[in-house]
Amino acid sequence: MKSAVVTFPASNCNRDMFDALEKITGKTPYQIWHQDSEIPDVDLIALPGGFSFGDYLRCGAMAARSPAIKAIALHAERGGNVIGVCNGFQVLTEMGLLPGALMRNSSLKFVCKTVHLQVENTSTNFTNAYTKGQVIDIPIAHHDGNYFADEDTLKILETNGQIPFRYVSKEGNAIASANPNGSQNNIAGIINERGNVLGMMPHPERLIEDAQGGTDGRGFFESIINTLK
Amino acid sequence: MTKINWNNNPEITDDLVKEHGLSVDEHKLMIKILGRKPTLTELGIFSVMWSEHCSYKSSKLHLKTLPTEAPWVIHGPGENAGVIDIGDNQAAIFKMESHNHPSYIEPYQGAATGVGGILRDVFTMGARPIANMNALRFGSPEHPKTRHLLSGVVEGIGGYGNCVGVPTIGGETNFHPSYNGNILVNAMAVGLADQDKIFLSAAAGVGNPVIYVGSKTGRDGIHGATMASAEFTEDNEEKRPTVQVGDPFTEKLLIEACIELMSTDMVVAIQDMGAAGLTSSSVEMASGGGVGFTINLDNVPQREENMTPYEMMLSESQERMLVVLKPDRVGEAEAIFKKWDLDFAVIGEITETGNLTLLFEGKTVADIPTQPLADNSPEYDRPWIKTEIQPTIDAFDIPIPIDFRDTLLKMINSSDLSSREWIWQQYDHQVMADTIQIPGGDAAVVRVHGTNKALAISTDCTPRYCYADPFEGGKQAVAETWRNLTSVGAQPLAITDCLNFGNPERPDIMGQFVGAIEGIREACTVLDYPVISGNVSLYNETNGTGIHPTPAIGGVGLLKDSSKMITIAPKNEGDVIMLIGECTGHLGCSLYLNIIEGREEGAPPPVDLTLERKNGDFVRTQIQKRIITACHDVSDGGLFVTLSEMAMASGHGMEITINNGDIPIHAYGFGEDQARYVISVSPDNVKGIITAARDANVAIKNLGIVQGNTVNIKNTFTITLNELLDAHSTWMPKYMSNKD
Amino acid sequence: MKARIHITLKDGVLDPQGKAIQHALGTLGFSGVEGVRQGKYIEIDLAETDKSNAAETVEKMCKKLLSNMVIENYSITID
Repeated sequence: MKSAVVTFPASNCNRDMFDALEKITGKTPYQIWHQDSEIPDVDLIALPGGFSFGDYLRCGAMAARSPAIKAIALHAERGGNVIGVCNGFQVLTEMGLLPGALMRNSSLKFVCKTVHLQVENTSTNFTNAYTKGQVIDIPIAHHDGNYFADEDTLKILETNGQIPFRYVSKEGNAIASANPNGSQNNIAGIINERGNVLGMMPHPERLIEDAQGGTDGRGFFESIINTLK
Repeated sequence: MTKINWNNNPEITDDLVKEHGLSVDEHKLMIKILGRKPTLTELGIFSVMWSEHCSYKSSKLHLKTLPTEAPWVIHGPGENAGVIDIGDNQAAIFKMESHNHPSYIEPYQGAATGVGGILRDVFTMGARPIANMNALRFGSPEHPKTRHLLSGVVEGIGGYGNCVGVPTIGGETNFHPSYNGNILVNAMAVGLADQDKIFLSAAAGVGNPVIYVGSKTGRDGIHGATMASAEFTEDNEEKRPTVQVGDPFTEKLLIEACIELMSTDMVVAIQDMGAAGLTSSSVEMASGGGVGFTINLDNVPQREENMTPYEMMLSESQERMLVVLKPDRVGEAEAIFKKWDLDFAVIGEITETGNLTLLFEGKTVADIPTQPLADNSPEYDRPWIKTEIQPTIDAFDIPIPIDFRDTLLKMINSSDLSSREWIWQQYDHQVMADTIQIPGGDAAVVRVHGTNKALAISTDCTPRYCYADPFEGGKQAVAETWRNLTSVGAQPLAITDCLNFGNPERPDIMGQFVGAIEGIREACTVLDYPVISGNVSLYNETNGTGIHPTPAIGGVGLLKDSSKMITIAPKNEGDVIMLIGECTGHLGCSLYLNIIEGREEGAPPPVDLTLERKNGDFVRTQIQKRIITACHDVSDGGLFVTLSEMAMASGHGMEITINNGDIPIHAYGFGEDQARYVISVSPDNVKGIITAARDANVAIKNLGIVQGNTVNIKNTFTITLNELLDAHSTWMPKYMSNKD
Repeated sequence: MKARIHITLKDGVLDPQGKAIQHALGTLGFSGVEGVRQGKYIEIDLAETDKSNAAETVEKMCKKLLSNMVIENYSITID
């Protein structure tokens, strides 16, 4: 699988994403600077976590107006896979590639911890390596991960199976105490209607080796590889 | 001699000199160095360079006695940060620094800029920062300001560290009334570099351009360095505008741009503009290299209008660096900073005069010989008196608790021993994806990226011990970091120290400082664990009341094989729990005495460094052999607290039998004797480790096994894991949610 | 010319910061605070001298970058 990682000023998980992709795909990803207006032909474009432009104005707002954005949108339009993790998810909503917005955590505090996610829909490009209903552990680290969308949008996301990941308890219940940031319906990640663009707040790239405390993040990347077979 | 422009220069009166914190003698010395009276800009430069903060004038004499060398030390104190060899041509670069006064005035920005400053100290030397740590002291939880200060400091550390993408992987937090009016915020940064790519600050090469990069200069923090060198009074709270504001976004760009710049061969010298900004960076670079600097202040990028030379030289605007480049490389360097959208300006050049010559609007406004300014800064042998030794408390004089269960629950639900999760969950401790031991254990551990090695880091100090006996306290602070690194399996290599004390002009306070230094020296010597960088923060007092002496120590150790790292959590039911080291039941100065009896008194536990070394080396060897499967050093709260913490971390209970002999059970369980570890081993290895301990002349005792979901200390107490977890985890969130 | 832009959250969008401010005001003893919504205020200095041209430009700025139309409203004054 060929991939590219886009770096914005003050992205800070670009290396982590790069390493995860390189280790799992066995191929060195392209590194794209936000000023680059062209992106090589790849199977996946990844927008990493961080604090692009300092999270000033709104998280992801200024990154979503970078020169590289047009090429990313074009890639998605042609059906190419795009993922956005954490700040990358915020960029995707600011670009309009994904519906809704990510607001300040309901605790008003930055939160870094490992949470339980339930994989609800395993027929997507990003989840097919997991089993349906599987509860996985993935770290989160964000200040603005509180997913918001209007009621109509939420209804569409729910009925179309566009919510592959939800925050749950260890037992797999999407209860309030398992929700780390106040997201509507415990939403941790969403995909677009076409199924080729995914945004999620948790960081699968931080949990791909035993030394990191687990490998639950690998399935995410392996799923994308599976779809290309 | 250069002709000085005296226009618009006020008369330098005695009052003006005094306002700048310089003594009559220092004023005379300044005139002697210049050969004339100073201009206002020069007075400002001398005052910051000779402030306690920059000159270490009260502490230098004693700091010189610390051991700073070892075969693995590449650069000791004197550079921006210390550098040690970690094998494979790689180096770890680290330092800890205080940002106490600014954090008390404006906790968010004070703490944030503290993190920014210490990061710059590390990446200035060519290192990519890979970990942040901190050591925080707040006033009593009951003090009306504590909640606000804690909340602001934690948010500030997180706000800055999270944005720059360097994991904040651990630290320590204490509460004590002695910090009510003077909190301590000590930040440590650790970086990684190749040994042949380490950059120093000494400038060289007459004619080489001097470059300013980073953010623009504003009027922020003018007199920050002198503020940090004066005792605090309530009025200082009015000085809010002098507090600098941090911009972690720019810092992140600066890190990336500097690392890109330093990957080339065009840098001659580089220095961050920390306290006293452009002044200290230019003086240190010039005097360090034995050259002069001519700086044209008109070329300094400015954020505000009509800035004077005095203001530009004293500004503490953040996220700025000074670089000396090789000739003809300016264009290349500029392209890098342009890419990262940072200011870049050629502001001067290296001269052979040895002077710092400042030009402004075509005229010379300052002309100072830098060598005498930097090297002849005052050095005082301040009078001091030895701290009186406290009597040793006999454990038999301390009542035995009626209910051990309640006692233990009360202790782990206290401000001293409760979980710090509320704090470290606000720090991104996993960015860079190399954190292999998160906060909450004995030491935090990060992998050396792309290798099988890892660095263990711990910050420690027990101020109540230092107050009772600065010498033993100084030893203990060093020994505790050494133990914490050992507990995860690392070989301790070196320390950085952040020495926080009261007013050195008071002989009793100076006595605390001298005692602590002696203790640190002895511990570093016996443990082969040199001091490679550090910082001194004096005048930490408000209205004449000093803080507890707090020599915070940051230790760094190496795991050559990161797969051998262990945590405090025993893994398997049936594993055997054992104690390394001797219990004498020392309750003096203990948390038990404080929390349960409400008494802060007695001599602290003595630190037998030979025993520390013997026990620690034994534990580390057994971890390396994969015999020990979990390990936790015994410190605050004693053995029962240590066992409870291990049980909580593992999710398993324990069946423990205590053979306390002649020692009262509460002293055995809550005493704070040093040089001890609780370990777990698989049943198959019990015999072997007992034999090995006997051979090494190390005390070892079988305490019991890992089992069930209660901690059961036979004939003493039984507590379920859930009860423990509830008591341990709830104090801080409850305290912080109680908005006042 | 100077453009002054107020950006506020749309009705119905949860505002945790506003809620926290409301709570804090209550604990400080300010009674009768029935609601708090937090927003942003931005000032822009423009070279433009024609007010309607300026308004048009700033309107574009708001739509393109300064506000997120999914959750925010804006209002502009120019003087």
